[in-house]
Order: sequence, then structure tokens, then C-alpha cells
Amino acid sequence: MTLAAHDVRWSAERRMIVDGVTLRAEPGRVLGLIGPNGSGKSSLLRLLCRLRKVESGVVTLDDRDLAAMTRRDLAKRLAFVEQQASTEVQLCVCDVVKLGRTPHRGALASWTAADEAAVEAALERVDMSERHDQLWHTLSGGERQRVHIARALAQEPRELILDEPTNHLDIQHQLSILALIRRLGVTCILALHDLNLASLFCDEIAVMHEGKVVASGAPPEVLTEGLIAHVFGVAVSIRAGASGRRHIEYLIDPPE
Amino acid sequence: MSHAPLEPNWPARIAIALVALLALVTAVALAVTIGEMRIPLSIAFQALGNGLFDLGYPVSAIQQGVIFDYRLSRALMAALCGGTLALSGAILQALLRNPLAEPYVLGISAGASTGAVAVMILGFGGAVLTISGGAFIGAVVALLVVALLATGAGGSSDRVILAGVAGSQLFNAATATIVTTLANAEQARGVMFWLLGNFGGVRWPDVWVAAPVALICFGVCMLHAKVLDAFAFGADAAASLGVAVTRVRIVLFATTAVMTATMVSIVGTVGFVGLVIPHAARFLVGPAHARLLPACLVIGAIFMILADILSRILVPQQILPIGVVTALFGAPAFALILYRARRPS
Repeated sequence: MTLAAHDVRWSAERRMIVDGVTLRAEPGRVLGLIGPNGSGKSSLLRLLCRLRKVESGVVTLDDRDLAAMTRRDLAKRLAFVEQQASTEVQLCVCDVVKLGRTPHRGALASWTAADEAAVEAALERVDMSERHDQLWHTLSGGERQRVHIARALAQEPRELILDEPTNHLDIQHQLSILALIRRLGVTCILALHDLNLASLFCDEIAVMHEGKVVASGAPPEVLTEGLIAHVFGVAVSIRAGASGRRHIEYLIDPPE
Repeated sequence: MSHAPLEPNWPARIAIALVALLALVTAVALAVTIGEMRIPLSIAFQALGNGLFDLGYPVSAIQQGVIFDYRLSRALMAALCGGTLALSGAILQALLRNPLAEPYVLGISAGASTGAVAVMILGFGGAVLTISGGAFIGAVVALLVVALLATGAGGSSDRVILAGVAGSQLFNAATATIVTTLANAEQARGVMFWLLGNFGGVRWPDVWVAAPVALICFGVCMLHAKVLDAFAFGADAAASLGVAVTRVRIVLFATTAVMTATMVSIVGTVGFVGLVIPHAARFLVGPAHARLLPACLVIGAIFMILADILSRILVPQQILPIGVVTALFGAPAFALILYRARRPS
């Protein structure tokens, strides 16, 4: 059992942003959330990690109500990687990853060997061990995202939520970040923009449209020409690509 | 995998603590010997011995009075004031994620002085409300007004500073209105002098109020040192790291309000210390709050003692308000921080 939303609603300024979403992540699998801008992906992710309070419905973790857990217990289970979080503070890579140990340490606890091991292991998993002492603000966008993921891994979560982790990265870094996420082996829920990348890297896909989940399931079942035309308003042709994987081609001059 | 703590480097820690203590004692020693009446260090120590332990050294009553009742209490008050203002600045900069945040810039000091003046001149609150109490209420009101303005304007970290500027103007105007319309000439002169910051009237009872406030508030801040680190990437990031953001904000904003209000009610408003010292301290010990907060306390204390000495000797036969001296250093430092905070794009 893992993270699930049951008929969850949330509004801002009297506008319904998340409108009755029911969603279930499968343990150890990657669930991709796609949808146009403003379809409620980011808001839904924030409800799933309790950064916003649900107005109705319930989010459960192992069938327990998320709202009944303490923030700290939640942070030991579930980690969140924001879209492009940055800082003015002069931090090294290892300082950022060490922040991931915050929920595991009391107010007066000193830094233990277990903390150190978790930080080193997290840096290793995102392939950033060599950058241990580099200053955060000298990193490239892709490297920053890796460090954020390492920070999340240092929390030793079983669920990881990522809000558009590939945003503003070049294609090489988009692919390497997504390949990295697939390798982690923790339950992942991530918002994505690129339909082909979602189709390549996700086990399951949920499509959001105007605050609702309009389709969910395995990528080939969900990503159809009809659905993409309806939700994104673009014409596509889906066929087998070079590697035998499905390829979604955008038709910019659709036949009349 | 062991959960045993990694051996903290105790010799290094003790050495740093000793150096800090020595620097502090040296600053206090300078403060009690330098002034209109030059007093040799040996006499100063004898006077201290007399005052603290009743040792009965032959020190003239005037020198004894100047050293123990006047200069020592003044130096300790300067230390407490500088330390807590720097601490407040460090806390506000971390919580608001803005390098320019501090009690003075955010209008908290201005609110505290409005509250204090309201009690002093209007007799607001009758006998129940002390000047410190009035200052605290003023500080909290100012904090709420600035928070409300900032949230209304979008809540980003630049907006907080703009809201602080607006808040400062508002509360300074309120103070000026109270003083000019309701105070008699003598009160007005006293208040204006006090508003710019002044250690002249400090005596031991003030120190006995300020010292416990400073110690308790410092303790509260230290308990939140790790939590403050977690705010580096913003409130949402802190919350996802398990920090109870709302509770922490309320506790720490209240703590800065208490520290600022206590110091304003005794000393008046002193600008720029809260702004400049945390940056200097970060430069020396790095951004981790477990080290930054004690460093701010010590460096702020030493800075303020030295600033107070300067205020007494810069112009012969005259004492400058302490706020003037700190502004002489603080304004250029403020400009430097603004310049460095430019985003290289």
C-alpha cells in the first residue's frame, strides 16, 4: 500500500483547481501526471504531500489519513522535490543534501554516522559525490535538480513526489534525470509536460484536465490521439518509433 | 550503521568560545576605561572587584561610581542590545529569505517606539502597562501590519521589505504626531534623543531586565537552529522537510518582537546592527544557524560596545546618539549588501 487520493478537492480564490480527484500510486512504480498548464497538476501534488490542505476528500498513506500524521513523521516517509527551488544562502552541495536529515534529527541531536551515511549514499545515487563541496549556486540547472533529488533521498522516503523535475533542462539532462528517477526504486509521482517522455519513463499515467483526472492507466492505453486532441487541443499521430517504442508526433498542419 | 554521534571537535569548540569570551571581556574593559574621565585598567579592575565581591580596594568614590554604576552597566547593556538585535536580524533574514530583513528595516523598531512613546506621553494603559509592555505591543502590531501589507502585495520576499518601509514610515509618523501634539517641550526633547538610541540613561536595573530576556530568547532561537537551516529553499521546502512552518514562524517572530521591544524600551531604536552583523558573521562562520546564531550574539555585542565607545569620544564634550554611529557604519554596509544581492543573470 502507498499514497492515494480519494475524491480530493481544493480551490483558490473561489476557483476549483483540483476537482474531485481519485488516484492511487502503486508501490515502487512511477506514476506520471500530465495535463495542460493550469490543469491542477502542481496543486494536486501539493495536496498529496500536505503542503496544501484538502477541502474535501482524503489523502491516505498506507490507508492512514495523511492529515492525522505529524509533519515530521510524514517527512520521514514522503519527500517532495519542487520545481526549481533556489536559495540566496551560500550553501555547498553537501549542506543542501544534509537538509534532508532534518526530520530524522531532534532539536539538540548531533550529527551521527547514520546521518553522514545517508547523505553520502544519496549523493552517490544521483552521481554527484564528486561535487560534495561545490557551491550550490555554481551548479547548472540539471545538477541542481540532481542535488534536490539527493536531498529528498537523504530523507529516506518510500514515496517521492516531483513537480516537473525536467522543466527548463536541455534534452540530455531531461533524459538523464528521468532515467535516474526510474532507477531509484521508490514510489514516484511526478508531473511532466512532455508526452513522449511521460510515455517512455512512466509505468502509469494520469491525465488531468480542468482539475479532474480524465484518464489513467498504462501509457499506451491512456495516450491516444483522441484523448490528446481533447485535453491538449493538438492533433497527433501515434505510431511505432525507431526503437519499437511508441512515438507521438505533433501534426502542425493537420489535414482538413 | 551506528547512531552514535560523530565526535564533535571539542578542543576547537572550546578554543573558539575562549577567544570569543576574551574579545568580549577586552571590549568591556575598553568601555570602562575610555571616556571623559580616563581611568587606568588596574583601577577599573579594582572597582569591579569592589562592586562585585566587596573586596574593599581603595578606589575613590567618584571613580568607583563611574566605573561600576555608570560605565559597566552601560557596556553590558550595549552588549545585550547589539547581540539581540543581530540575533533578530539573523532570524528574520532566514525566515523571510531576504538579506535586507532586520527589525529596523521591517518597521518593528518603529512600532516598538510608537508603543513606548504612547505609554510614556499618553499614559496609555495606565499604571498596568510598562514602557516595555507598550513597546512589545507596538512591535507586534507593526509586525502584523507589515505581514498583512506584504501578503496583500503578493507575499514575495521583496514585498516584505517594501511593506517594512511603508510600516516604518507609518509608525514613525504616528510617533512624531504623538510627540509634537501632546508632549511638552522637555518631554519632546527627551523622546527625540531616546528615539535615536541612547545608552546614557542605562543603570543596573535595566541590565537585570534585558539580560534574562536576551538569554531566554537566545535559547529559544538555538532550539530552532536546524529548523532555520531548513528554510533555505523556502517555506514549502521547510514544510516538506517536516518543519511545522506556522508554529515556528509564530514562535520566532514573537521572539524577535520581544527582543526588539525590550531593547527599544531601554535604549531606543538602533538601526543597521541587525542588518550588518549577521552578514559579517555568515562571512566568518558560514550559514549554518547552529554556529551563526551564537556568532551573531557575540559579534553584535562587541560591535555595539565599540560603537558606544565611539559615540562617547568621536565629538569631544558631546555624546552622539548610538543610532547615529551605527548608521555611519550600517548605511554603507547596507549599500554593499544591496549591490552584492544583484542577481548576476
